[in-house]
Amino acid sequence: MPKIKLPVKSPHIDMTPMVDLFALLLTFFMLTTSFRPQEATVIDSPNSISEKVAPEKNVITILVGKDNKVFLNFDNGLDTSVSIRAEVLKKVAEQFNLKFTDKELTTFSTHSSFGMPANRLKAWLDTEDSKEREKFQTGIPIDSTDNQLNLWVRFIRIQNPNAIVAIKGDADADFKVVKHVMDILQDNQVNKFNLVTNLMKEEAKPEE
Amino acid sequence: MAEIIQEEAKQKGGKKKAKKFSTRIDMTPMVDLMCLLITFFMLTTAFSKPKAMDIAMPEKKDDPTVKAPEISADRTINILITGNDQLYYYFGVADPNKPLPQLIKTDYSKDGIRKVLLQRNKIVFKAVYDLREKVKTGELVMADTALENKTKELKKSDKNAPIILIKADEKAKYKNLVDIIDEMAITTIANYAIVDISPIELQMLSGTAPAAPVVQ
Repeated sequence: MPKIKLPVKSPHIDMTPMVDLFALLLTFFMLTTSFRPQEATVIDSPNSISEKVAPEKNVITILVGKDNKVFLNFDNGLDTSVSIRAEVLKKVAEQFNLKFTDKELTTFSTHSSFGMPANRLKAWLDTEDSKEREKFQTGIPIDSTDNQLNLWVRFIRIQNPNAIVAIKGDADADFKVVKHVMDILQDNQVNKFNLVTNLMKEEAKPEE
Repeated sequence: MAEIIQEEAKQKGGKKKAKKFSTRIDMTPMVDLMCLLITFFMLTTAFSKPKAMDIAMPEKKDDPTVKAPEISADRTINILITGNDQLYYYFGVADPNKPLPQLIKTDYSKDGIRKVLLQRNKIVFKAVYDLREKVKTGELVMADTALENKTKELKKSDKNAPIILIKADEKAKYKNLVDIIDEMAITTIANYAIVDISPIELQMLSGTAPAAPVVQ
């Protein structure tokens, strides 16, 4: 029988369309995603078995860093027509006799967590360079002589009484600072909070 | 993979000229890896969202005439948290006018405080564990919220379940507290409260309290 040998040609797949698409996708994501606003401090949360997802909207977050400094973050609530951050800043300005321009109000609305004495707010908002801005984040005063956290929480709760309060503490922060923060919250009639943790499963079995 | 294409040029006059090479690099492996990397990052950024633990504190009452509700001493376990990840507990009430209870040292491992709590909370823990196993194996079919509600009910059902008072001194770290509250959730104990540490307990911790040696 005659053997028919087919010439074996290695197939050449033209990859041009695929690389094209990847280039397009990459450009799309590069242009449309915006950087997350930088958090005031890095927090290493403790672990827990809790699987309940931390709320992301309509939440007031109080961050307690490793160095026991306290920072605050709150969003504009569920009603997107009202800018709660700007309103709260205006109230704080009244309290401390400061004046903020409209530009500073909008800059404040776009930042996330912050922490500094109120008299440094204006300087922080006016700084353009992000590295210089980081230096301002020294923590909100919480001692009894200058309890600014109490004022902030009060003004935020007046503007947005339905917000959930979350405490995001670093695992190595002193408990007494977190207890102090909880006391300040209880003074403002907040008795339920969420503690932000990382998930780590643990199992326990009944002894036989 | 890569190919070198040799150009066969027909030379006039039979002269043998050096053959020209042009290289063609095959990009397939690189595009493969890029595809994998993009898919990997697209999928992994959805994970590790931070989780939250609920705490409810009792309302702060600064009114000294309102007395705290009496709790029976035989159900009470007091957990004392201090610095360097040290953990102690004792049963009952520490009344400075009476002989003090034994302060027992333990740790955060599963053979430490969890063992003690499980021993004290056997009934409720077994009930909740059995319920969860049944739902896992499919014997019982329940919605997640229904399971949560039933678990809450079970936790409150035992009238002799332990009451835990969690007290932390100045040196305690935040993660110690979160670990203890986590143990409450793991051992299905519903009755616990974070309270202030009393002077007699501070003495017990530092070992200066009368007639209360620390037991290992």
